[in-house]
Amino acid sequence: MSVKKIHDDQPKEFKFSEENLKKVEQILKKYPEKNKKSAVMPLLYLAQRQNDNWIPLAAMKYIAKHLAMPYISVYEVATFYTMYNLAPVGKHFIQVCTTTPCLLRGADKIVKLCKENISPNENEISKKGNCSWMEVECLGACVSAPMVQINDDYYEDLDEKSTKEILISLINDKPLKPGSYRGRKNTSPEKVPISNGEKHA
Amino acid sequence: MINIYWRTKMPKLKINGKEIEFEKGMTVLQACELADVEIPRFCYHEKLSIAGNCRMCLVEMEKSAKPIASCAMPATEGMNIKTNTPFVEKARKGVMEFLLANHPLDCPVCDQGGECDLQDQSLYYGVDKSRFVENKRDVKEKYMGPLIKTQMTRCIHCTRCVRFATEVAGVPEIGAIGRGENMEITTYLEKSMESELSANVIDLCPVGALTSKPYAFEARPWELKKTESVDVLDAVGSNIRVDTYNWEVKRILPRLNNEINEEWISDKTRFSCDGLLKQRLDVPYIKKDNILQKTTWEEAIDLLVDKIRSVHPNEIAGHIGDMINMENALSFMKFFKTLKSENLEFREKDLYINSDEKMNYIFNSSIAGIEDADIILLVGTNPRHEASILNARIRKTFVQKKIPIFSLGNPGDLTYDYEIIGDRTEDIKKILNKEHSFSQKLLSAKKPIIIIGESALELKSGRYIFEELKKFLIKNNLINDNWNALNILVQNASTVGLLDLKILQGKKEKSSSFFDDLKNRKFKILYLLGSDNLEFQKNDEFIVYQGSHGDRGAEIADLILPSAAYTEQNGLYENLEGRIQEGKKASYPIGEALEDWKIFNQINKKLGFKDKKVNFDELRKEILQTVPNFSEINELPKKSEIKINNIETSFFSEKIFIRELDYYYTNSISRSSKTMSECRQIRQKIKKDGTNN
Repeated sequence: MSVKKIHDDQPKEFKFSEENLKKVEQILKKYPEKNKKSAVMPLLYLAQRQNDNWIPLAAMKYIAKHLAMPYISVYEVATFYTMYNLAPVGKHFIQVCTTTPCLLRGADKIVKLCKENISPNENEISKKGNCSWMEVECLGACVSAPMVQINDDYYEDLDEKSTKEILISLINDKPLKPGSYRGRKNTSPEKVPISNGEKHA
Repeated sequence: MINIYWRTKMPKLKINGKEIEFEKGMTVLQACELADVEIPRFCYHEKLSIAGNCRMCLVEMEKSAKPIASCAMPATEGMNIKTNTPFVEKARKGVMEFLLANHPLDCPVCDQGGECDLQDQSLYYGVDKSRFVENKRDVKEKYMGPLIKTQMTRCIHCTRCVRFATEVAGVPEIGAIGRGENMEITTYLEKSMESELSANVIDLCPVGALTSKPYAFEARPWELKKTESVDVLDAVGSNIRVDTYNWEVKRILPRLNNEINEEWISDKTRFSCDGLLKQRLDVPYIKKDNILQKTTWEEAIDLLVDKIRSVHPNEIAGHIGDMINMENALSFMKFFKTLKSENLEFREKDLYINSDEKMNYIFNSSIAGIEDADIILLVGTNPRHEASILNARIRKTFVQKKIPIFSLGNPGDLTYDYEIIGDRTEDIKKILNKEHSFSQKLLSAKKPIIIIGESALELKSGRYIFEELKKFLIKNNLINDNWNALNILVQNASTVGLLDLKILQGKKEKSSSFFDDLKNRKFKILYLLGSDNLEFQKNDEFIVYQGSHGDRGAEIADLILPSAAYTEQNGLYENLEGRIQEGKKASYPIGEALEDWKIFNQINKKLGFKDKKVNFDELRKEILQTVPNFSEINELPKKSEIKINNIETSFFSEKIFIRELDYYYTNSISRSSKTMSECRQIRQKIKKDGTNN
């Protein structure tokens, strides 16, 4: 990890859509008028949602003006949190968890597969232009390690074979279903009988 | 009563076994300072908010298992603090080891060397070898404008610069981006800082991350001769320290004076010093065949004496410049008295000044007094450019007390919020007639401040604005024994001193003003004493320029007499509050240049007035006797008696137009400075296309 680089090719303008402006109003209602800059994080998230999963500088300026904050303060927040993307990401954005439990269960193999199938480096858009990947810290799903997050969904209990299938499905724009890839339901224990003698699916 | 109650109830705490009393609201670190115990620190700074992130100020507190950061811990009754135990030393050594883990070992090539907090403190808390075997982190240099050189690998993230920019300068442009090991200090998208106080971050930086760009690799602090002096590039009179290496002024630093500049100076004050090395006049010049040619003092003075003898005294006029000290000004006035000429002027524009009493031309509320104000009205002034340090004080008051600030005329961005309540002289009339909504606010305030700028006094209704406002304030008891709401913001360092030397006295009887006479070509000889900002059409006058720099005045001169700049002679200056301060000689005049009063002695001698010879000590003595309400050097003047003089005024309907100052180019020294021209170029570029890179 290093300081997130600002993308070279920046759009000149950014404006919230009508629909999002209504959301902004809702968000601002949560904070007292004099503390409205507290809304900077939800607004950045909203901007990221609206702008293909990344935040351009124009959006930061727009938000800064909207909340009467200095530009640098918004910029500080945007660079601090890893989940704000400051450069374009693929339509399918793969976040590979590489924190201890996932790594012990083989996250390094998933990283290797990403390098082979998507792009040799993190945060690079694939040749076909629809995928990118990055390593992230714990996503809080250690119980089904190793796992990846693709856009908003968790793909869990992965191994090399299933990962490759998922990656290829993404490249072909026909993503597979999220969830456990060892047939577990939610995070229930495997092959352990419960009180009534049945097994969890 | 309340005061006595608090005094008897002063809380106490123990520091290293010694019991001391402290004031409520102090931190442990401040209490330690009361007990004369020095606490090492990097992020803590008296004039900034508390961050508590360097952890160097750790001390041991009884009943606390962990050491505490003394800068952020409020002192409370009965604490038992220890600062000299092995526990504390171990904690501080640990912190220092972490700070040094990523700090480069480049002290020999670092400009901060010799005055570096990290270097000094590592002497006491540093470990002799490093246990950190990994690669040190490397941070790219950041662009922060023409004044600040960055070497961000050296940064220890104390965030003093970030806090200064946001809190004091009021330009939140510096910030910390990224997180953890990858945190970096930078300006927004690496733009230069758009502030008149930006270079103070150089002094604030405890390490060599932010250093002075113009001073880079020029000298080491221990090689420099340090002279405590005052600044003369604006009327604030900031206290400065002039560092010289032989003849050269290498740099100028602020000196702590809580009543004037606190710990800050403006960029112009700090970086104009390279202008003292350039464009200097070192020998006399005479214009022959339209070309200025070098000559000797003998020849130059002979020519001047011949010219003076050939004209009527009334045809000789003198103009005193913006940076002339009081001794030189007095000797010039005496010289003109011997010549029997009354045509002396110091104003650059025809502005209204009533010099009858001292209250009429000084900043009566005092700079420190701004902090007591509860409402501020600016009348035709842009304090940000006219007196940056004073503006910082207004901002400080605005931030701390949220006082309302109003302006007549539009000064532009002042780094704080204010409301424009009009831009025409009618608005003043309305306020005075209590027809304006502002009148009520002003009358209900206890300690209002009204700042009248030179732009307002320059108007045709300047007389009306000043006299009627003063009358209004006295009638409504806003000028009383404890508080004086009337403030004039003058722009030049010499102005108040000259008014105190009664330069305008005896002017009233004269029918035409200096400016009219100048326009109507009444003068045959115009003697410019360090005066470069007088705007006029040169006709066939014989112009004598006596000054230090080859600037606007020298350009039009027929005779140039070289004299010393402000760092090269002793002299008294009176700042806008009427506080007399002493500028000290840090260097010596270049080439054949002389102090101004010595030049007048020579001319007098040639003219045959041998008995008119003056010497410096007598001049100073006379000044201190002449100056009205004088109390002591470095102190505010005594209060004047309050009396209403009925002066007739006439009202003109006008727009209050605030004359825009070319901030980095206001005087001959700044105009000769390379650094100032760079700053000016960037400022103009920002104005033109809104960005600088």
